[in-house]
Amino acid sequence: MSIEWYLVVSALVFCIGLGGILTRRNPLVILLCLELMLNAANLALVAFARAHGNQEGQIFALIVMVVAACEVAVGLGLIVAIYRRRLPIDVDELRELQG
Amino acid sequence: MTTFSLIILLAPLVGAVVIGLTFRALPTKLHGYLGTLAIFVSFAAAIGAFLDLQDRGAEERQVVVEVWDLARTAGVDAQFALLLDPLSIFMALVVSGVSALIHLYSVSYMAGDRGYSRFFAYLNFFVFSMLLLVLAANFFLLIVGWAFVGAASYLLISFWYRRRTATAAGIKAFVINVVGDVGLVLGTYFVFKHLGTLDFLRGFALVEEEFSRNEADLVAGCLLILVGAFAKSAQVPLHTWLPDAMEGPTPVSALIHAATMVTAGVYLIARLHPLFEQAPIAADVGAIIGCATLLIAATIGLVVTDLKRVIAYSTMSQIGYMVMAVCSAAYVGGLFHLMTHAFFKALLFMAAGSVIAAMAGEQNLDRMGGFKRAMPFTFGCMVVGGLALSGIPPFSGFFSKDEIIALVAAREDWHVVLAILGLVGAFMTAVYTWRMIFRAFYGDPVEPARELEHGHLYHAPKHTNPATGEEEDTDVGFPGPEHHIAEREGSMKGAMAVLAVLATVGGIVQIPHVTHMLHDFLEPTFHDSRYYETLEPSDALTYGGMLAGAVLGLAGIAVAYRFWVRDPERPAAIRARLAGLHGFFVRKWYFDELIDTLIVRPFAWFGRFGRNVFERVVVNGVFVGGTSGAVRAGSAAVRAAQSGFLRYYAALLLLGITALGLYFLISAS
Amino acid sequence: MAEVFFFLAAIGALAGALGTVLLRNPFYSVLALVCHLLSLAALFLLLRAEFLAAAQVIVYVGAVMVLYLFVVAYVGGADEPIRGATRPSLRWASMLFAGVLFAELCIAFLGTGLTILGEEGRGFTAVFGTAAEMGRLFLTDFLLAFEAASLLLLIAAVGAVILARRRTGLEDAREISVADLMRDPQYKGTLTEAERGTMLEAGGPPHR
Repeated sequence: MSIEWYLVVSALVFCIGLGGILTRRNPLVILLCLELMLNAANLALVAFARAHGNQEGQIFALIVMVVAACEVAVGLGLIVAIYRRRLPIDVDELRELQG
Repeated sequence: MTTFSLIILLAPLVGAVVIGLTFRALPTKLHGYLGTLAIFVSFAAAIGAFLDLQDRGAEERQVVVEVWDLARTAGVDAQFALLLDPLSIFMALVVSGVSALIHLYSVSYMAGDRGYSRFFAYLNFFVFSMLLLVLAANFFLLIVGWAFVGAASYLLISFWYRRRTATAAGIKAFVINVVGDVGLVLGTYFVFKHLGTLDFLRGFALVEEEFSRNEADLVAGCLLILVGAFAKSAQVPLHTWLPDAMEGPTPVSALIHAATMVTAGVYLIARLHPLFEQAPIAADVGAIIGCATLLIAATIGLVVTDLKRVIAYSTMSQIGYMVMAVCSAAYVGGLFHLMTHAFFKALLFMAAGSVIAAMAGEQNLDRMGGFKRAMPFTFGCMVVGGLALSGIPPFSGFFSKDEIIALVAAREDWHVVLAILGLVGAFMTAVYTWRMIFRAFYGDPVEPARELEHGHLYHAPKHTNPATGEEEDTDVGFPGPEHHIAEREGSMKGAMAVLAVLATVGGIVQIPHVTHMLHDFLEPTFHDSRYYETLEPSDALTYGGMLAGAVLGLAGIAVAYRFWVRDPERPAAIRARLAGLHGFFVRKWYFDELIDTLIVRPFAWFGRFGRNVFERVVVNGVFVGGTSGAVRAGSAAVRAAQSGFLRYYAALLLLGITALGLYFLISAS
Repeated sequence: MAEVFFFLAAIGALAGALGTVLLRNPFYSVLALVCHLLSLAALFLLLRAEFLAAAQVIVYVGAVMVLYLFVVAYVGGADEPIRGATRPSLRWASMLFAGVLFAELCIAFLGTGLTILGEEGRGFTAVFGTAAEMGRLFLTDFLLAFEAASLLLLIAAVGAVILARRRTGLEDAREISVADLMRDPQYKGTLTEAERGTMLEAGGPPHR
């Protein structure tokens, strides 16, 4: 079947993830929504790879997966460090980086 | 000729630079000899130039040495060019000769002062500036030399820089000199506007055709140049700096404020004689002011009690004679008197320095007396100088002063009044000169004199400022602890002896109807003057004037003798009777107060106004404060966007992406 | 047949996504994301990306999500209050913006006439999407990306360790000397020592 469906699903998931980032306060959940967006991008990439008959899109998607894994590792490490300092795990409370 | 002129000019400069650079490297005594040697070299070169000039034919006696073109733009030709003609060689000889002797005097006089090397460096720099001034071939270099001389004067007046009175006097001199500088530059502009060149010789050739007689621009220019001359030569009303300038060391007073710098104004008028002859109004104004100064200074000299100030007012008065002379086209008289005055005034200052040293720094005449037996050489020099100053034959002052009076009277019309007033001034000159001499040397010896008779120099218990009595130390910035009198120092004796001889026989160069060496010598410079050859006093005027001068001089000495030797109580009685007049003279005719009210106070008010209103409100408040306030407000507005909320940032990102996507969608369709 | 599977997988993915965003308990959000990822793996299979589907399940679900679970368990799955946000909430505005972006994206690829759509797609070889082909491409055409990705992984690992290490608690290893240990055996096997090594201690003393 043509890939329009896949692209629509990808856009939908992307926007759901975006809404999640904007609404949730727990940084863990925000990271999860970020994963959603990354996966949506992966889906779009793979769909286009299939459509073009070219495997480059899949390579790209694999690299994106690698990057996502790294980002998760560092992000979770950050959250653990925040927790260790006894700071509230709430992005609305953690706002010292202001001008 | 080029070599000679460059040596004349550069020897003192080299001396100053070398002394300055080897300040700590060489022993200080060596700096004194070095400075003196530099000036002697300059004097030798001046003699060489003089001989060279005389070797030439009469037509070629105005040599321009062009060293270097500085700028030729917009019609202004600024060149480093020297003019060697009789007038400038004459001035160079007088300046370098007297300076050399004063340097010799200072080698011993200033010994012991912590600033000895600095003194000689400054003195050499001054001589360089003065020579630059007199050798300049155009207005540009003249103004440069003029400014340098003012700066050197400031440096030397405030030589003892930790003395508050000295620095105040230095500032006063400099400020008044700057007023003169402004006048000179503006006057130059007025002249340049029509002549189109700054060069003297080229300009003078054009004066007759460019300016009509008494044309407004020329008169304005000449009056402004006169302002400059008066500031430098301490004529009324720009004279108030000269008495205060006595705060400087005595050699400085001798060199700058008697023999050389103050004569720069006279030189200026003599050099610019074509302009002044074409604008007689300005010349007449100058003559009148010269005469007025002559009298005012003489009256003040009669009552002041500071030894150096008496001599300072005497200088002012004698320069009044010279200004009166050159403004009345009596050039020979004015320049002759310039030369003889340099001799005897420097001599008087040197002798005064010796007396002050014997008094351990005290300068008040009230505390002096009876030095005749203790200091015979100084007394002799003072007498020679006094006789020359009073115009007693056969001393040089007699011939020069009478030359002036005779030539001025020969102008007929109202100049005769000036001549008569000059004679009155001569009488007063004799009175105040001998008042000074009798008070210092006759009468009962004071303590320092008695000690000196027993052979040892008086030392004051503590060092004080002679004017205010404040206590001082003898470290750098104050006078040194040693005092040197002429009787004990060979170099001082030598210098004073040479000057005494010159003061005695200097009149030989221009004895009426016998010799006219000066007149002939200066002829090439003044050949374009319409008075130089034609102004001849009649025989009656000449001999009558000489007789009157001699008689008045002797009368003055007699009056002084009567009041201060024979009848010491009379002066006090007269002072009590004429208390008002005496007070007026002692307050220097209230010129200082007048200038303070008219000029100093308004400027101070304006400065305060500027600071309080303009600076504080407009500049700081509106410009600086307003700009920074606007920036601060703007950045505060921007700062509000940085709230620290992660989700706000994400929302802004989303908004941006959406807008961007929208833009690309629209532009692609 | 493929359409049926597609719709099943798509519904699963969307459900998982919505669950991640809407569920209050972070633990349940993680589980919802796992469901979403598995559905996505199915979609990858439908698109003939076999290696990628396998990698998705093994790496993403098997490693990354497990890590997430550990951290959620450690940090705390405290339920977020549904309301009571003390800061101004962007909920409706963000929903709106997300919807706008969705509309825009749809217009972008459906409305602009991409020629690739509406077809069955280009032909593909038999090795399309296989592990062998991916490996070959990684080691020839995309070698730089491969190497860079490995470097990135190394850096991330080091970074994570540094960020999350403990800074208080046990003494610095340098300050322990063997002589001390020989002289005074620290571990005597008493009950007080049994307290050490627990999660409580790992979290650091309460008063700090």
